[in-house]
Amino acid sequence: MASKLPHKDVVIIGLGWSGAILANELCDEGLDVVAIERGPWRDTAKDFNIGYAPDELRYNSRQELMLRPAQLTVTARNNAGQTALPMRQFGSFHPGNGVGGAGVHWAGITWRFSPADFRLRSHYSERYGAQAIPDGMTIQDWGLTYEDMEPCYDRFEYLAGISGKAGNLNGEKQEGGNPFEGARKRDYPNPPMMQTYGPTLFAETTAGMGYKPFPIPSALLSRTYTNPLGVTMGQCTFCGFCTNYGCANYSKASAQTTVLPVLMRKPNFEARTLCEVMRVNLDSTGKKATGVTYVDSSGEEFEQPADLVILCAFMLDNVRLMMLSGIGTPYDPQTGKGALGRNFCYQMANQAVGFFDPAKYNFNNFIGGGATGMAIDEFNNDNFDHGPLGFLGGGSTRCAPIGAEPISKRPTPPGSPTWGSGWKKATRDSYLSNLSVGCEASSYADRGNFLDLDPTYKDRFGRPLMRITFDFPENDVKMSAYVTGKVAEIVRAMGAREVVENPRTRPWSVVPYQSTHVVGGTAMGADPSTSVVNPFLQSWDVPNVFTVGANVFPQNSGYNPTGTVGALAFRAADAIRSRYLKAPGPLVHA
Amino acid sequence: MSSPHPFHTSRRQFLASTAMGLVALAASGAKARTLFGTGLPWDAGAADPPERVPPGPWTVFTPREGELVEAIVERLIPADDLSVSGKDAGCAVFIDRQLAGHYGDSSRLYMQGPFQPGLPTQGDQSDLTPVAKYRHGLKALDEHCRRTMEGKGFTDLTPEQKDALLTDMEKDAVAFDGPVGSGSFFSLILQNTMEGFFADPIYGGNRDMVSWRMIGFPGTRYDYRDHVLKHNQTYPLPPVAIGGRGDWAMATGR
Repeated sequence: MASKLPHKDVVIIGLGWSGAILANELCDEGLDVVAIERGPWRDTAKDFNIGYAPDELRYNSRQELMLRPAQLTVTARNNAGQTALPMRQFGSFHPGNGVGGAGVHWAGITWRFSPADFRLRSHYSERYGAQAIPDGMTIQDWGLTYEDMEPCYDRFEYLAGISGKAGNLNGEKQEGGNPFEGARKRDYPNPPMMQTYGPTLFAETTAGMGYKPFPIPSALLSRTYTNPLGVTMGQCTFCGFCTNYGCANYSKASAQTTVLPVLMRKPNFEARTLCEVMRVNLDSTGKKATGVTYVDSSGEEFEQPADLVILCAFMLDNVRLMMLSGIGTPYDPQTGKGALGRNFCYQMANQAVGFFDPAKYNFNNFIGGGATGMAIDEFNNDNFDHGPLGFLGGGSTRCAPIGAEPISKRPTPPGSPTWGSGWKKATRDSYLSNLSVGCEASSYADRGNFLDLDPTYKDRFGRPLMRITFDFPENDVKMSAYVTGKVAEIVRAMGAREVVENPRTRPWSVVPYQSTHVVGGTAMGADPSTSVVNPFLQSWDVPNVFTVGANVFPQNSGYNPTGTVGALAFRAADAIRSRYLKAPGPLVHA
Repeated sequence: MSSPHPFHTSRRQFLASTAMGLVALAASGAKARTLFGTGLPWDAGAADPPERVPPGPWTVFTPREGELVEAIVERLIPADDLSVSGKDAGCAVFIDRQLAGHYGDSSRLYMQGPFQPGLPTQGDQSDLTPVAKYRHGLKALDEHCRRTMEGKGFTDLTPEQKDALLTDMEKDAVAFDGPVGSGSFFSLILQNTMEGFFADPIYGGNRDMVSWRMIGFPGTRYDYRDHVLKHNQTYPLPPVAIGGRGDWAMATGR
């Protein structure tokens, strides 16, 4: 039997970005909050220490800070006709583990989704007619507007100290910013970062082609900054060990560098690390959560009663915990009924690599960070006319050298030997003179792509693994080919003597790393038949359960997701503080 | 609404199924903690540095396996005017020491069955650990040579013969006995050789930062603010590694 612990007002599952924000907000409301985290405590001094943080083998090749598949993994297949098999090691995406979650090893690119994103089906129907949305493409509206999200984005950007340049202040376009962005009430809290040679050449070239380049909004700080909670962060040093690493400079925004120093001092907050939640417990009606059951590292089982349960784990785990707990109606791909597990989407990661003359070009690619660089948005979302193109969606195009750690980042031109003296010469010649331009593009929901519980493979507790059934929809493959062609034109214009185009193509493979931007499975929305949570991120079925994470996205935009996840954390916190606590129960009546 | 706890696990099931996972976690010394009300759980001087690999004899390889790996990495990365060979850079030592740790026994990976062949898009589904793959692959390589090269082992071949054989292995065109194919064995040892050549020297390869000097990677300097705006200009400083630089030790006479 599980030991029953004293009651708490709130239990939060997962102490990453969203868990830390929710915990801090709800502690400020005077509630007793406990966060239960499956991984270890992590802090900068010990876990991302400057003496050994820059270690590619340990942190990138061997994924020291990531979730270990021995603890938990998923199974995957491309379609329902295949047998799903476990990802025995993580490749395609890298779930985080431990305090800070994937927000420890993220790149730091921090977008706002565009106004059209939040009413995507309505937007496309209005512009191109409902018939432009193919059968089987189950994109939908979010049940809220960009205007609802604006103050939430603002709070996350100021918490994290985002460095960037506004493109639209209260409806007025700003020179040097992104002309396609939604209106913001005020500029970013910090100015843009300095730019290295590659992004500078990209900006000059794209401006010459008639595009509007702007600095990538970055959670790596351009200067020392003290956030509204009073936590001070340092300036980014362009160390080049950023994506997949923790930051030793306190300059990449994470729960560690923005919230935890304040949260951990609050007497009404408690964190339990290396404790894995088994399920959310429901009462006999199945409509009220009574708390959670978890197991600590010694194997002892505990029941933590609480009035409010908030799932803030990695998105796959939020979906899985709802399935394991019986919250929501599982999706049936045959009938299209049920929303739990529906609309699982990813991110189309496209790229063109340019090989330049080493006698003339030295990009010093080892100088960089996950979010340094320049971007254009002409080929993103619906910023261009899709009428004649036969597909929907697009992506953010950017030149963003993240570093050049040499085990993984030493491309050579096609046809180069892979070993021997010829390989060595090609590597030496290309290392400093190659440059990539990427296009991180939208991923739209398809009726055949979904999440459910695997019938065969189990985790270390004997619970079914999450099963991913996914392949890139035809629409997204066409879009990727188109935008990658545009990217390659830019790289050629920059002066590359050889360009390799890498658009995403079918089938999706779990092997090469692509992006950790897996989304969906518990879509938010105004219609309970196609969403699992309402527009306040509250479960339709169990109103004292909320979930915050990319699992509530109904589909993915041509932007990185974390800015929107952070904003949604503030939205959920505001809804709980200003509405739910005054009258516990459903905030929206279906 | 389905039953509230569709996958409730009994205590008995739980104890049986978790033993392995808990051992894997406990091996790192990690224990569940409750943290509250005291600020950050700061432990002065707490650190988790990498361990420098010990010099000395093979820890995983047999003497013959060690010879074979040295002979292979010497051809994958031959000595020329750009660098010393993979053998002299320490790549074989690197691989041996990696196999001795969690990489070698797959203890951090999902190794529960059933094991079944998958599609290429589903990744490696083998139940063999990297240590087992090396044992099988090296044995198959040596046996193949003795069978087809007039009784010679791989190490007895000329450089040209070795390169020709490795080229065929890369194409998966050599018939290996046992569970590890020549193509998958080649890609494994090529991957590990490159890891050893380019990883921090603390792990046993990349001796004297030889690969970093070759390509112009400054290593662990961690602060390039003064060079960000020096566009298209060569970075002026030599590389440095987690353990410092060899010439630092010489300067202090150590």
